Amino acid sequence: MTLGSGGGADMIHGGEPVLEVSGLTIALPAGADRASAVRDVTFDVGRGEIVCLVGESGSGKSVIAQAVMGLLPKPLPVTGGRIVLQGEDITHASPARLRELRATRMSMIFQEPMTALNPVMTCGDQIDEVLQQHTRFAPAERRRKVLDVVREVLLPEPERMIASYPHQLSGGQRQRIMIAMALVLDPVLLIADEPTTALDVTTQAQILKLVLQLQQRHGTGVLFITHDFGVVAEIAHRVAVLRLGDLVELAPKAQLLQRPQHAYTRMLIASVPALRMHERPADPTAPVVLQVKGLNKTYVDRRWFGQHRTVHAAKNVDLEIRRGQTLGIVGESGSGKSTVARCIVRLVDPSSGSVRLGSDDIAELSARALRPLRRRVQIVFQDPYRSLNPRRTVRDAMIEGPMNYGLAREPALQRARQLLEMVRMDAGALERYPHQFSGGQRQRICIARALMMEPELLVADEAVSALDVSVQAQVLRLFEEIRERLNLAMLFITHDLRVASQVCDTLAVMNQGEVVEMGPAHRVFGAPQHAYTRALFAAAPGRDFSFGAGAAAA
Amino acid sequence: MSQSEYAELSVEAASIVAQPGAWARVRRNVSVRIGGAVLLLLALAALTAPWLGTVDPTLFDPASRDLLPGRAGEITTLEGETIQHRFLMGSDSFGRDIYSRVLFGTRVSLIVGVCTALLAVAFGVAFGLVSGFLRRVDGVLMRVMDGLMAIPAILIAIALVAMWKGSLPTVVVAIAIPEIPRVTRLVRSLVLSIREEPYVEAAVSLGTPTALIMWRHVLPNCVAPLIVQGTFICASGILTEAILSFLGVGLSPDIPTWGNVMAEGRAQFNQYPHNIFFPGVFLAVTVLAVNILGDGLRDTLDPKMARRL
Repeated sequence: MTLGSGGGADMIHGGEPVLEVSGLTIALPAGADRASAVRDVTFDVGRGEIVCLVGESGSGKSVIAQAVMGLLPKPLPVTGGRIVLQGEDITHASPARLRELRATRMSMIFQEPMTALNPVMTCGDQIDEVLQQHTRFAPAERRRKVLDVVREVLLPEPERMIASYPHQLSGGQRQRIMIAMALVLDPVLLIADEPTTALDVTTQAQILKLVLQLQQRHGTGVLFITHDFGVVAEIAHRVAVLRLGDLVELAPKAQLLQRPQHAYTRMLIASVPALRMHERPADPTAPVVLQVKGLNKTYVDRRWFGQHRTVHAAKNVDLEIRRGQTLGIVGESGSGKSTVARCIVRLVDPSSGSVRLGSDDIAELSARALRPLRRRVQIVFQDPYRSLNPRRTVRDAMIEGPMNYGLAREPALQRARQLLEMVRMDAGALERYPHQFSGGQRQRICIARALMMEPELLVADEAVSALDVSVQAQVLRLFEEIRERLNLAMLFITHDLRVASQVCDTLAVMNQGEVVEMGPAHRVFGAPQHAYTRALFAAAPGRDFSFGAGAAAA
Repeated sequence: MSQSEYAELSVEAASIVAQPGAWARVRRNVSVRIGGAVLLLLALAALTAPWLGTVDPTLFDPASRDLLPGRAGEITTLEGETIQHRFLMGSDSFGRDIYSRVLFGTRVSLIVGVCTALLAVAFGVAFGLVSGFLRRVDGVLMRVMDGLMAIPAILIAIALVAMWKGSLPTVVVAIAIPEIPRVTRLVRSLVLSIREEPYVEAAVSLGTPTALIMWRHVLPNCVAPLIVQGTFICASGILTEAILSFLGVGLSPDIPTWGNVMAEGRAQFNQYPHNIFFPGVFLAVTVLAVNILGDGLRDTLDPKMARRL
């Protein structure tokens, strides 16, 4: 494999690389979909360099990280190649040696800090444990070191932080603790496995900045695993692209993002949704499909003793969607965007306010009175793996709704076949079970199932968030096509601004249960008014980078 | 590059694997095979008992009392004929053939085990579904179940059998009732987690009535854990029946059950241990086989356990 190896102008590394991986091959157990998890992978990480490993799910990027750390599960043995850490071959190092190397010379941070931290130990003790295992410092010295490193990852009130348990901290703070733990012994190599994927976009921006700062200050080599090209654009020096276990391209960031060589890289980069200020002529006279006025949802945590705790998940939300238009709601987790969606579909009962579908207010209807109106609003959920009953065939899932409303089996099947064709699925899918489909295919089936009801309003609750970027692009196109062909109203909920900019005519930005800004998408993107909107946009990774500028020409 | 070429490059299209179905995994599991094979053998023996060299298990002959295993002797049929018979497992103090009683006892044990499991699961599912879906009934129903669980199962069974009388159906019911709370709790917890699944919410928005949602979406996804729980109830039912019979509060002593045979042999255990040994071995092997089968089923069917590679 002859690939351009490093040497970009924006890179500061010199001398011997911190990590060299050459010809690494890791076998998969028999019966898997391919013979090896990764095959003949060669790359290196220099001192003070950040190398991003990018790929879609199943590409083998996490397996490489586990191999370097010596954490491979038993059924996945290294069958070929070498892993060299600072000149020492650690491919087949003993468990004892690897244990010694971890934390002192290489360390790792994970995607989900809540599960990576021990819930019954204080954060300070967990950092201290690393020192206890690998150094001979006295307790007072260790405590000083712990406080230092907590200060270094910019956590406020270090004394209070080290006395806290993981559940008492926010996601971003937990990830900072993880980073502190990883860096307390000043390793030469840091492996970050999707460390910001579970975080909100503003927190993600802060964590990325922190990793950059620390890495520059200490000259740590970083192997950064991600699926997000926005993050790559923010942080990488060099980028390695993995496809089904093969390293297909390795190049400096600017070159890879703007002049990708391999067809797969080009496809991935072309699939990254661009921040697109599209302005579609909106028909202001189109009938209003959904009008939400003063919608409130409060959760009251009733206790037998003590105070009641009230959470305002949605506060005075006003929305309006006309036929043929898409309203996007963007916001971070906990902003109340999903609560609004679930109130509109009446999966939860609103506390007050009105939800008008055409001329009917469904906010306070009883379950019985609501039934005839249900079909007019349909929803597509985030997780395609849990949206279909695993024990029912696609056919049963699709005809269930129409048959609830009295459609006979034959015409329902007829419609199911038509809709499967519309979402580009084979009619043969009808007889199969959900586990026989991939995530993207399942999401298509879920969309078709929702369309079976001939709804006036289609709600997509983070419907493309769980999908790989290339699949995401396809499903987004599908949504767009459906809205045009069926002249539907759509409510599109997402945390991803790029995705929102692709499909939305109108945009509502939510923060802590309130809509802080609403207007035509191109206006909100072009000239955000509210401070929170501006902060949210500023945090979007890779916002200054035009992806694949040269890809179209290549 | 056109869209269709992109679609081909997409990793997802290439990475779909047909996973072996649950049934295939179950059949390949070693524990399931061993447990299943032993149980199948026992069931066959129980069914074909009359042709396996046995005599009517209620027959006795004072001339053949307390024979050691393998001895030949004679036994009087109901018609008054005296026939030669080899006592493979010896005889008890009435001169009854232990081999015949143990083999016919297998019938009782297996019937009691299976029926108890079915009964407990049926009621547990009904209560669990109601409890999980109707929050108003939940509190009351679960407190009743808690109360039931606070009394030792064997005491409830003894009290119930004493109240009715020791026939096969009453013994089955008496053993099943104390098992119901555990199934109820299991089903309730499954319902509470399944009803939060997006596919159930999708069914709600598709206008499916609550009763149909339970039937179509919730119940089928409870089946695997219920099968597992059912096998464990089956094992404990077999044991409880043996205990009841042994204590003399189960089926009447002339009915051949393992518990009755052991109870009969208890007084002479020092001289003639075979009276207790053979039914004991059958009981242990049966319960062990059911439990091994249950373990195998749990490993293959229960998603939480199956997730390990």
